[in-house]
Amino acid sequence: MSDNKLNAAQQSGAVQTTGHAWDGDLQEYNNPLPRWWLWCFYGTVVFSVLYWFIYPSWPVGQTWLKGFGKVDYTIIDKKTNKVEEREERWNTRALLLADLGEAANSEQRKAMLAKVRVASYDQIVKDPKMMEFVRSVGKGLFGDNCAACHGRGGQGVVGMYPNLTDDDWLWGGSMDKIHETLVRGRQGFMPAFEAVLKPEQLDDVAEYVLALSGEAKPSPASERGKEIFQGQTGGCYYCHGADAKGVSSQGAANLTDKIWTIADVPAQKTLEDKKAVLKTFIANGVNNTRTMPAWKGRLNDDDIKLLAVYVHQLGGAR
Amino acid sequence: MRHEQVETNSALMLLLILAVISVGGLVEIVPLFSINETIEKVDGVRPNTPLELRGRDIYIREGCYLCHSQMIRPFRDEWLRYGHYSLAAESQYDHPFQWGSKRTGPDLARVGGKYSNQWHVQHMKAPRSVVPQSIMPNYPWLLTTDLDYSSVADRMRALRVTGVPYSLTQQEYDANVKRFGPAVADQLDINKAEDNLLKEARDKNFDGIPGQVTEMDAMVAYLQSLGTMVDFTKYDEGYFATFR
Repeated sequence: MSDNKLNAAQQSGAVQTTGHAWDGDLQEYNNPLPRWWLWCFYGTVVFSVLYWFIYPSWPVGQTWLKGFGKVDYTIIDKKTNKVEEREERWNTRALLLADLGEAANSEQRKAMLAKVRVASYDQIVKDPKMMEFVRSVGKGLFGDNCAACHGRGGQGVVGMYPNLTDDDWLWGGSMDKIHETLVRGRQGFMPAFEAVLKPEQLDDVAEYVLALSGEAKPSPASERGKEIFQGQTGGCYYCHGADAKGVSSQGAANLTDKIWTIADVPAQKTLEDKKAVLKTFIANGVNNTRTMPAWKGRLNDDDIKLLAVYVHQLGGAR
Repeated sequence: MRHEQVETNSALMLLLILAVISVGGLVEIVPLFSINETIEKVDGVRPNTPLELRGRDIYIREGCYLCHSQMIRPFRDEWLRYGHYSLAAESQYDHPFQWGSKRTGPDLARVGGKYSNQWHVQHMKAPRSVVPQSIMPNYPWLLTTDLDYSSVADRMRALRVTGVPYSLTQQEYDANVKRFGPAVADQLDINKAEDNLLKEARDKNFDGIPGQVTEMDAMVAYLQSLGTMVDFTKYDEGYFATFR
């Protein structure tokens, strides 16, 4: 830049200067912009004026120029429940509605949804095409909404979130019951027995509960525990049932199988450890920590139905 | 004015540069103050309760906004993943708002009610114990640090200056009763801020530790409130499209 290499046109004096002279001898060449560039620039100015007419643009007082552009969309009217064709001035929200309407109206999806909507659960399960649809849509829904707690494959976390891939259901494993769980949410609860039972009684009950599923051998302690469990002292049978197989209307667990949902018994090696972990839950109860959120309102009825089938299919309930 | 005068007077040039540059900002921002239809008319949006407000402060303190936005845009993919797009009305009491365009973690504008309190506590303590592929840091101290709520009334007073309808006088309180109903109006009363905060934390026990009010209580209370205030089943979707 600093050397004095001038191009041929400048050297020959063909390019004029702007006419200013700074500090006595500092001058500036006047190189006009190329024509093509200048016309492109004028073009953008004209384009911007067209843009103002089509799209929302300048603010004017308490409103703004809304443009003449329009978006057509189809929507199901909430009051009449009928599909309506509507027109809105151009904006991103209307574009979204058009996009959603188009997706909802894609013939394939619409046809499958209409079929699933009226089909009973038994019919859905028996129809391979509908099940394919349920799996593809359900996988996305499950990943977005359920996987954060229950895990991507529905395996759950012991002590926190039930495993959905086995055939052990706290709140019932029929598709109707799963549907109800999704719609209303659930609140698991077990009272604390710390104040009701003496430490040695807690010990006996824990021993009995372990014996129910074969984790411990029947013993005099488990016999004493049985009396507490089945009698008025503990009253455990109110919720877990006299056969200890759980009562799904209460969300009470089946204690006779090897599946543990709250106390992580299988992870403990010795009988004493198993009893200890079980006793903490009998003593403190389960409160405020086993919440399944309600999904009605967040998901629409179709999505909930698809998810109910999907979750049912995850488990051993197939 | 001659070119030479501007170029030889740096103070004048600075002023003129500022004037030219500010045009862009003024044209984009100022009209929003006068345009009537910026904020959608919807029911249910209320300012944060004292406990939620402290949770919001902790949210900002921990820098959650660096990875999480609170703004669902009107696109189909966001609609499907996060839910209804955010309305301007939903952040009308936020100072500063928590929108954003940088998402390292998911958007949180509608996270309220999506997970249980216990999940939030576990997730904040050790994110990978519930979401194995998560890269979120652990925030275990929220569960062990007692919530400092001594300044909550002052914080509400400051927000009141910016136009958030927290009430100090009986007159303001009555106006809130009319606008939000008595239950919410009680929560917005600055004079009862501390009592309200403690009551909410103890009644709802967000952190699962009875009798102790930790920062986790406030944080989970705040997260559980996000995006839950507007009942979208009450509105025709076309209604919101008329506001843009």
